[in-house]
Amino acid sequence: MAIMWKTRIGALLLLIIGAGIGYFIYASEPKLHEGKTVLGQTFAEKFPFKLGLDLSGGVQLVYQADVSSIKPGEVKNAMDALRDVIERRINTFGVSEPIVQIEEKGGITGPVEERLLVELPGITDVKMAVDMIGQTPKLEFMKERSKEELDAYNKAVEKFNADKEAGKPLVISAELLAGPYVATDLNGRFLERAVLEFDQTTREPIVSIVFNKQGSDMFAELTKENVNKTIAIYLDRELGNPDPISAPVVREAILGGKAQITGKFTAQEAKTLVGRLNSGALPVDKLDLLSTQTISAPLGAQALMAGVWAGVWGLVIVAAFLVLWYRLPGLVSVVALAIYVVIMLALFKFMGVTLTAAGIAGFILSMGMAVDANILIFERTKEELRKGHGVHDAIREGFARAWTSIRDSNISSIITAVILFWFGTSLIKGFALVFGLGVIVSMFTAISVSRTLLFALPFSGHGAVVRTLFGSGFFKLK
Amino acid sequence: MFIVKYRKIFFIISIITIALSFYAIATKGFNAGIDFKGGSIIEVSYDKRPDIETLTTALNTAGFEGARIQMAGENDVMIKTRALSEVDRQNLTSTLAFKDLKMEEKKFSSIGPTVGAELRVKAWYAIILVILGIVIFIAYAFRHVSEPISSWKYGMITTATLLHDIIVPAGVFVWLGKEVDTLFIVALLSIMGVSVHDTIVVFDRIRENLRLRISSDFATTVGMSLRQTFTRSINTSLTVMLVLATLFFFGPASTKDFSLILWIGIGIGTYSSVFIASPLLVVLEKWQSKR
Repeated sequence: MAIMWKTRIGALLLLIIGAGIGYFIYASEPKLHEGKTVLGQTFAEKFPFKLGLDLSGGVQLVYQADVSSIKPGEVKNAMDALRDVIERRINTFGVSEPIVQIEEKGGITGPVEERLLVELPGITDVKMAVDMIGQTPKLEFMKERSKEELDAYNKAVEKFNADKEAGKPLVISAELLAGPYVATDLNGRFLERAVLEFDQTTREPIVSIVFNKQGSDMFAELTKENVNKTIAIYLDRELGNPDPISAPVVREAILGGKAQITGKFTAQEAKTLVGRLNSGALPVDKLDLLSTQTISAPLGAQALMAGVWAGVWGLVIVAAFLVLWYRLPGLVSVVALAIYVVIMLALFKFMGVTLTAAGIAGFILSMGMAVDANILIFERTKEELRKGHGVHDAIREGFARAWTSIRDSNISSIITAVILFWFGTSLIKGFALVFGLGVIVSMFTAISVSRTLLFALPFSGHGAVVRTLFGSGFFKLK
Repeated sequence: MFIVKYRKIFFIISIITIALSFYAIATKGFNAGIDFKGGSIIEVSYDKRPDIETLTTALNTAGFEGARIQMAGENDVMIKTRALSEVDRQNLTSTLAFKDLKMEEKKFSSIGPTVGAELRVKAWYAIILVILGIVIFIAYAFRHVSEPISSWKYGMITTATLLHDIIVPAGVFVWLGKEVDTLFIVALLSIMGVSVHDTIVVFDRIRENLRLRISSDFATTVGMSLRQTFTRSINTSLTVMLVLATLFFFGPASTKDFSLILWIGIGIGTYSSVFIASPLLVVLEKWQSKR
């Protein structure tokens, strides 16, 4: 009898823990029942459900980073730096919980490509989002062309001006188009930081830039080679600023990796430039927008409600089926299923699983699958009862014999979930994670929760009451 | 058990459905969604929806020739076109914003063709990997069973039923003209997971009954194992199909097709694990003993 009471205390504990987790989930979503909008005040509120973009509404952007000029060994660092830069830009914008992720694509299926995934919940204006991310100040350092080329350019300029004065049709020659400067390898990527300073005497704003180690060496080299020549500093040359912001003449080689840009800018302009340079120098060559997705907030909310209701109805229908068909054990498995649901919901919260429509579908599917283990056990238990065993023996045998099929079938499901997770784009990863977690948790609830609860029931022997309660469907146990 | 006895009928039914599925796939072809071939899809909502001609003319003049227009819901319009850049997208929304009409952009996605191609390759890898993983696992799990047929044959038969279970729903989907997207692949992979679940439960019972030597005849053993697991197979599939039905009727629009194909696939999967997989074991055993 002592064992009996131990089991009953265990069963009671399981029920209390289940109810506790259920209450925790309820308390952690005050949005739903109190209409609160400010969260994070109580402990429970620190764990809200994380909703994917398709449920919360927002923008998803996938960029491809051009890393062709970066050495293979340094690509990872460059991508990390890129992520930080983009995060900083987004943060100045005040988006709540943005996601900026590096995705390395390919390897098996083609050449490796570096991608950046950006998710902005709550933002639906794609243009604003793209502008926000794409505002790349591109700083370039260019040097004078060779003597001959420069002469050709100057001649072209003279000819152009003469033509203009004479009123002749204007022709832009190749020399003119090429400009007086030629690109160097030095650009904003090698910037460590920029500082706003003011000239001691003229009080004019100066933008001081400090290069990183590699940039310092390159800058030293560049200035050494171009003493008494002009170095032109361009900002956003390709974006409609064809003139250099500054074109100082180099007096002597500059070691130490510091340079100053004095231009015709106001204090305010200089300040903005410093800000942009600091948050902005992209550590990769180029970012291309590969794909865009937006979902409006009402559409997301609608999908979320639909998912929740489908889950509720699914649970109700499965519960009804289990109780009607399997009677008392059915009722027990409904309790086990309820505990399964609250454990899964709590795991979503603590593990920070991002819920998407596909994830919810996976969860609803897993509720159906979770019942499978129970059904296997009940069918086996019934067989044992038919053989004339008492209830407890039958249940024990039923569990023991159903175990191998539960184990083997669930392992194959886990294999599928793992491969799905690997296959995953973010959409599928969510589904696979929920599905895989579901399989593991359902094994636990079916085996431990259902088992403890069934053993705690006050029935024994093989009487008429037992035969009715443990029977199923339209059949009566003999 | 009647299933083992009349197995030829079930084999013929399956061969015909597979042939029809292949016919549907060969003649109609997969209708690849934008995530597989690249392209854009936009969904907008109007207070008063303009008719198709107005939309077509507006789109054609703005340079979106060949865009496919689809009416959705009461006041929504869905337009599919090539992959669009951000500038193109703004152009498209302004084209769709007619004077005097209130227009709201509900959803937009644009996927570049390279992403699509890559996903297609990955989908194939995933399907092949799942099949391989399952065959190896089953050969391992049934390694102690070698009489009367060896364990890797259980694996091979499971693979055959797996293929059966994804070819038929794929055929039905193509026949219905539904779009094949990422979720479709997820559904196929999940069907494989569930289908193998069913098959393993039956095989596990056969494994146990072989150990218990309930009959000297293999066909009888398989038949009895089937009878013992029959209720379970039906009831489990029934619960899963019930929840999928709620997902189909109440769930989000984006997972409707997903729940439909899963529903079909799980139905087929249960059918094949009972009516195809185990009778196939008997056929293999008969071939072996003849030789």
